[in-house]
Amino acid sequence: MVSFLRSRIHCTWLLLVLATGATFGLRAEGAVGLGAAAATLGIAYAKGRLVILNFMELRHAPLWLRLILEVWLLAVSATILTIYGVSRHP
Amino acid sequence: MLQEPDSGGTVTAKLNTRSLSASRIPGDKDVWFLIIAEMMMFGVFFVTYMVYRAKEVELFNASQLALNRNLALLNTLFLVTSSWAVAQAVTAARQDRLIAVRGYLLTAISLAVAFMAAKCLEYSIEFERGITATTNMFFMFYFCLTLIHMLHVIVGTVILSVVWMNARRGAYRPGRTEGLETAASYWHMVDLLWIFLFPLLYLLR
Repeated sequence: MVSFLRSRIHCTWLLLVLATGATFGLRAEGAVGLGAAAATLGIAYAKGRLVILNFMELRHAPLWLRLILEVWLLAVSATILTIYGVSRHP
Repeated sequence: MLQEPDSGGTVTAKLNTRSLSASRIPGDKDVWFLIIAEMMMFGVFFVTYMVYRAKEVELFNASQLALNRNLALLNTLFLVTSSWAVAQAVTAARQDRLIAVRGYLLTAISLAVAFMAAKCLEYSIEFERGITATTNMFFMFYFCLTLIHMLHVIVGTVILSVVWMNARRGAYRPGRTEGLETAASYWHMVDLLWIFLFPLLYLLR
């Protein structure tokens, strides 16, 4: 198990699975509202960052390429949460 | 220089070290522009979905309950694990472990097929219940977004299959992994897009 976790790719996979379970668990527990949405999107952002840095290997890529994807991630997550926040919920 | 074939172990080790430490684009640069364009397009789709949702929150929330979250969870795990397998294949190619490259790629392809099968099962359950893209605005978005994503899964699976066939011929060796890295980058994008589609369509309410 320890040798399995020495690999960045294995750790990334494990974190992605745990994060997926966490968002699913939040929904299954009936968590709704702005707090739950922020947590769900925060987790999606963190998962996305794990994918672009460790699976896509942008950790070692030129800054311009890494920045484009990092900004995309942040912009998409923040815009979705903002629109959710200003929506009228029953 | 990194793409030149090599034969000596020392040269291979040096190339591996350089390819991992130096700032470099993984795979083909042109394909990265396609990946960025695809991500921008999906970004617009996500925002458009949220804007329409804001107009009919109750309808979107009620319609979302008709979706099968368990199958969506399973599909998320399929994609995440196939992404892991592709990343492992790239690592194995850099270490000249040719059999492992083929094995990991085959694992990724199998998981991609499992994703498509589960998605088709999900669609069939919805059709049986009389749910189609014309049912309401939520389902219009649901079917459009998931079908466009599914098209990317199909394209990605074809690419992975071509790469797997190349790997069987021993095409990917240390210092010659650009083709494999390009395919991997595209496949990780497919995973990344699903990472947002899953909460957007199935969880957020």
